[in-house]
Amino acid sequence: MKPIQSIMKLPFTLNRHLAQRIGFTGITLMAVATVTPIVAVVIYILSQGLPAISTEFLTGFPHDGMRAGGILPAIIGTLYLTIGTAIFSVPLGIAAAIYLSEYAADTPLTRTIRIAIINLAGIPSVVYGLFGLGLFVLFLKFGTSILAASMTLSIMTLPVIISTAEEALRSVPQSFRTVSISLGATRWQTIRRIVLKEALPGILTGIILGLERAAGETAPILFTGAAFLLPRLPNSPFDATMALPYHLFVISTQVPEMPIKIQYGTALVLLVFVLSMNLIATVIRSRARSKRQW
Amino acid sequence: MEKSLSWREFIITRLIQTSGYSAILFVALIFFFLLREGLPALSEAESSSLLNIRWYPIEDYFGILPLLTGSLIVTIGAALIAVPFGIGTAVYISEIAPRWMREILKPLVELLGGLPSVVLGFLGILVLSPFVRVFLDLPTGLTALTGSILLGGIAVPTVVSVAEDALDAVPRAYREGAWALGATRWQTIWRVTLPAAKSGVLTAIMLGVGRAIGETMTVMMVTGNAPVLAVKLGSLFSPVRTMTATIAAEMGEVANGSTHYHVLFFIGMVLFLISLGVNIAASSVVFRAKKRAERILS
Repeated sequence: MKPIQSIMKLPFTLNRHLAQRIGFTGITLMAVATVTPIVAVVIYILSQGLPAISTEFLTGFPHDGMRAGGILPAIIGTLYLTIGTAIFSVPLGIAAAIYLSEYAADTPLTRTIRIAIINLAGIPSVVYGLFGLGLFVLFLKFGTSILAASMTLSIMTLPVIISTAEEALRSVPQSFRTVSISLGATRWQTIRRIVLKEALPGILTGIILGLERAAGETAPILFTGAAFLLPRLPNSPFDATMALPYHLFVISTQVPEMPIKIQYGTALVLLVFVLSMNLIATVIRSRARSKRQW
Repeated sequence: MEKSLSWREFIITRLIQTSGYSAILFVALIFFFLLREGLPALSEAESSSLLNIRWYPIEDYFGILPLLTGSLIVTIGAALIAVPFGIGTAVYISEIAPRWMREILKPLVELLGGLPSVVLGFLGILVLSPFVRVFLDLPTGLTALTGSILLGGIAVPTVVSVAEDALDAVPRAYREGAWALGATRWQTIWRVTLPAAKSGVLTAIMLGVGRAIGETMTVMMVTGNAPVLAVKLGSLFSPVRTMTATIAAEMGEVANGSTHYHVLFFIGMVLFLISLGVNIAASSVVFRAKKRAERILS
């Protein structure tokens, strides 16, 4: 590029290059302005929240109207909700992804499924909360419970899991399937032993990213399973539970004279919970990418 | 052996097929339950009441206009932030950044997408809103603007990732052609790559806006929750209340089956229809562009 332009010596080359330099600088600054706040938020929460972290904070129960003590019920609650979500959404999501990538032909029905998935991904989280309240809490009479909240969250995470898993399955070369079938394996054997095995890292990434979203959400569990204050651990799936995101909402807006330290500490624990899932997903993906032979 | 294997295969295939259809079932179920609980609002609240400009449920004023305009103003503000920054970042990542930079930036933007909205709302209360109050000399920092800034941040990852995919999908030959004709990289980006990725970028904007309309916790925490009609530019600097925040704040306290309860479901139905419209429009843009590309190439 450059040599040609210098040979041509067009009068406007300088302007064009000046324009490019200004443009590139502008776009770069925009990207920096987008990314800097993300890093700042994480560092700020880490630095403000660390002083609150202690064994008592992580393993104790809240007392004095949540103004003292620990947040163990909220941590355990979020763990339960995440596991509960996984139980419903992982098998269903993977099966749906297998259907779309391995079985479905390009028919109007398949296109409808795809549109439905896109729409599920776009539905506001609070609308999922309403739906969970209507179907699971009231109609199926699960009550405000871990079960109802998990099922609500799992429908919300489904589109994330389906679309990433489908992409992972599709990226397995067709020749793998052809060879397996030609060796006498059935379709399902091929999917289970060859395709799923090869696509596993991609599927895992999708699952973790979906569950990460579920773990951090508040609105879907507001009326389906979240408890304002529960000074014990839930002991059945039909119990309501405290959860980290809802707890952070409560102590930052609903409780007067809440010590700021505990608020930042709770935000830190939630952030670490979610970010470590994000990190695991990123590591799995990049390791799988560098190991890939095809 | 042969027989049992094929039976198992048959059952598994059916299970997989059913799971495949489940997405349609869930969308239908969600819509059904919103209709079931939301439609009674139309007969219970007087029809004039729903289009009233007052939202004051205790005295049976169920005017959803203030909530609609609240959502609208916060979303427009968010779009004004998320669209330029999102597309700028996508262009930077896909066209300008060196490879190592891309490897850092992409996970960082994804990380922003993963930050729980309640954490952003929490920081909005403690850090951003005092700043807005002092900097703009307002009586309160809990305003539509505060919500817009945070929502802009929440919508950015959606815009970036979709727009970047679209830019990536532009064939390299297009760029090479432009370079060969003597265009600079900058000219190529503006006059070739971005126009070629137009439909994808449009989808990115729509999905980003859709994400912003539906966001709940952050707006509930930082917009001040005042259900007033927001139609002036000045409303940006005063407290508003969005549809999502209203549902989240009030559903916990209403009696099941009351008019208030049905109206909240009705608002949920409106939100559902908005997101349905946005998403169908976004996917039809992509679909039409694909058709056109096929026509040109064949």
